[in-house]
Amino acid sequence: MAKLTFKEDLCKGCGLCVKFCPKGVLALAQERINAKGHHPVEAKEPENCIGCAFCATMCPDCIIKVER
Amino acid sequence: MTTVFDRPHALKDVSLHYCPGCTHGIIHRLVAEAIDSLGIEGRTVGIASVGCSVLTYNYFNVDMIQAAHGRAPAVATGVKRAYPDNIVFTYQGDGDLAAIGTAETVHSAARGENITVIFVNNAIYGMTGGQMAPTSLPGQITQTSPYGRDVKTVGYPVRVCELLREVDGAAYLERVAVNDVKNVKNAARAIKKAFQYQVEGKGFSLIEILSTCPTNWGLTPDKALGWLEDNMIPYYPLGVYKDKYAKEAE
Amino acid sequence: MAEKVLMKGNEAIAEAALMAGCRHYFGYPITPQTELTAYMAKRLPRMDGVFLQAESELAAINMVIGVSAAGKRVMTSSSSPGISLKGEGLSYLAGCDLPAFVVNVQRGGPGLGGIQPSQSDYFQATRGTHGDYRTIVLAPDSVQEMVSLTIKGFELADKYRMTTMLLADGTLGQMMEPVSLDAEEVVTFEKPWAACGTGMKRPNNIINSLSLIPEELEQWNLTRFKRYDIVEENEVRYEEYMMEDAEICLVSFGITARVSKNAIAEARARGIKAGMIRPITLWPFPKKPLLAAADKVKAFISVEMNMGQMVEDVELATRCRKPVLSCTRCGGVIPSPDDVMTAILKANEMGGAAK
Repeated sequence: MAKLTFKEDLCKGCGLCVKFCPKGVLALAQERINAKGHHPVEAKEPENCIGCAFCATMCPDCIIKVER
Repeated sequence: MTTVFDRPHALKDVSLHYCPGCTHGIIHRLVAEAIDSLGIEGRTVGIASVGCSVLTYNYFNVDMIQAAHGRAPAVATGVKRAYPDNIVFTYQGDGDLAAIGTAETVHSAARGENITVIFVNNAIYGMTGGQMAPTSLPGQITQTSPYGRDVKTVGYPVRVCELLREVDGAAYLERVAVNDVKNVKNAARAIKKAFQYQVEGKGFSLIEILSTCPTNWGLTPDKALGWLEDNMIPYYPLGVYKDKYAKEAE
Repeated sequence: MAEKVLMKGNEAIAEAALMAGCRHYFGYPITPQTELTAYMAKRLPRMDGVFLQAESELAAINMVIGVSAAGKRVMTSSSSPGISLKGEGLSYLAGCDLPAFVVNVQRGGPGLGGIQPSQSDYFQATRGTHGDYRTIVLAPDSVQEMVSLTIKGFELADKYRMTTMLLADGTLGQMMEPVSLDAEEVVTFEKPWAACGTGMKRPNNIINSLSLIPEELEQWNLTRFKRYDIVEENEVRYEEYMMEDAEICLVSFGITARVSKNAIAEARARGIKAGMIRPITLWPFPKKPLLAAADKVKAFISVEMNMGQMVEDVELATRCRKPVLSCTRCGGVIPSPDDVMTAILKANEMGGAAK
C-alpha cells in the first residue's frame, strides 16, 4: 500500500527515521556500509509501512521518498 | 501510487555537509518546501551567514549571497530595497544573529524590512567546535564554558523572540522546534507563513527554530532531540510572540 | 559656455553619483562628510531611489554588498574611523568581485582623531584590509574633479568588478567651488552574474568569497589579479604640472597639491625649477611618469597631510634613484605654501643620485 525509496548513499545513519517510524518498519543495515561509511537505513518490514512519512519528515538529508 | 513525500525542488539534490542527525537539514527542507508551495523560487534570493550553515549557498536552487558573520539582515536589506518584488530570506545561527549580528537583527526588525529571517537556535557555536553561544543555557558545558555557563560571570541567555517583540517594526515572530514530527510540521507551517507574509508585503518576520547539535552537545542524534525537549523548550517557550495580522487571519 | 553652480564638495559628490545613475545610498552621519548623507536623504526619495541611514557604517557597507550583489549601482560614504568600520565589508566586496563606490572624506587620526582634514588614510585606502586585493583609489583636488571622478568611479567599479574609493579630505568636502554639472557620458554594464532572482530561466547565481579548497581559492585570487593587471595597464591617471624643465619634482594629491602649486609659483619666481606630478589615481599609482622623472630631476618632495605614507610609494616608484624628501603636516593642520617652500629650498641644495 505504501512504498519507500531511499537515496542510500546520502544516508548518514543518524537513525531519526528509525526512531520516529510508528510501525517499526525501518532499521539501520548493520551488516553493510554505504559510500559515506554509514550504516544506511532500509525497510526491514516494508509490508507494515502505512505511508505516514514520519520518517521522511524527520530525515535531515531528504533521502526518503514516500509513495502511497 | 501518488507521491506523498519527496525532496522539494528548491532544495538541490546534493549531499548536505551537516553532521548525522543535525536538524539544519530538516530546516533547509522546510524552507525549500515553503518556497515551492508559494511558487516563488524564481524570485527568491537567499542570504547565507557564517556558522555551520555557511555552505547554505550550495543547497538552495535560488540566487544566493554569502554574507559576513552577523551581517545577513543588512545584506538582505540591500537586496530587498533594490528589488522589492524579490523574496529575500536570511538563514542564521545563534552566534550570527544574537551575538555579532545583534545590531543588524534589531535594526532590520525596527525598520520593518519586508524580509524573512530563519533563526536556527541550537544553544552552541557548532562550526568552530562547540563554544558558548548567547543562547547557551545556564550551566551548559561548552568549550568556552568548560565548567558550565556561570550566569554570575557571563550573564544569562538571550531570548530573541521576546527581545524583538518590543520592536514595533517586527510583524511576525514565532518560536518553533524540530524535535519531533508534530513540532516539525508546526515549524513547516510557521516558516511558510513567514514567507507568505513577505509575499503579501506584511513586513519583518523571524522564525526562531530550536534545533540540535548532537556533535557538540556530545549526544546521539535521538538523545539530542530529547535534550532539546527537556532543556531548551522550558527556557525558550514555543509559540507566537507577535503577529500584527493575527486578527485578519481569524 | 557651460553653466556653473556653486556647490559644496560633499554635495557635489552626491549629485555626481546621481548623475551616474546611482539610486541607492547607505550611510551614517560622521564629520566632515555628513552633508553628503543629508543631500542623498533629500534627493533620493524624490527620485524613487533608496536612502537609508543605517545603524552603523558596518551595516551600511553590508547593505551596499546586498545592492551590489543584486546588480545595481550603490554607494556609501564616511570618514576615516567609519571607513575602518567598513573594513570587513570592503574585503568581502573584493572577495566577491562586486562593484561598489565608497567615499572617504578624511579627517585627522588615528582613533577618534579630529574633525579637521588629513590624508592619513592613504595606506588604508591603497593597501586595504585583510586578504590580497586592490582598490581603485581616486584623489580629486577640486570640486569639479570630485564630480568627474565620481562618475568615472562608478564606471570603473562596474567595468572591473571592484571597489572604487574616492579619497577626499575635509577641506575638499567642505569647500564650495563653481562646478559644471553638464551631463558627462555615463557608461553602464550588463551584470548577468547578479543575484536578483533566477526567474526560473537560468541556473542560480552565487555571490560568495568562501572556498575551503586552497587550490580553488588561489585560482580565484589569480583570476582577480589578472583583472587588476589590466587596471594597472589602462587606468593610471595623473597630472604633470611644470615638469618639462623641472629639477625638483613635488608629488602631492588632493588639497596639498593645490598648496604645492602655490609653492611652485613662489619657487619659480625665485628661479627654482620646481614642478609636480599629481597622482589622480593613488592606485594604480603613476609609477611610469615618476620613474621617468627620476632620470631628470635632482630630488622629489612628497607633500602630504600625514606622517609620511605616499612618500614610500614615491620611493618605490622612483626606485630611490634620487632623494625623496617628505613634507608633512598632520592632526588636521594643512601645510602652508611656506611649509612646502622650506622643503623646496632644502631639495634645491641637493644634487646627484640618492645616497
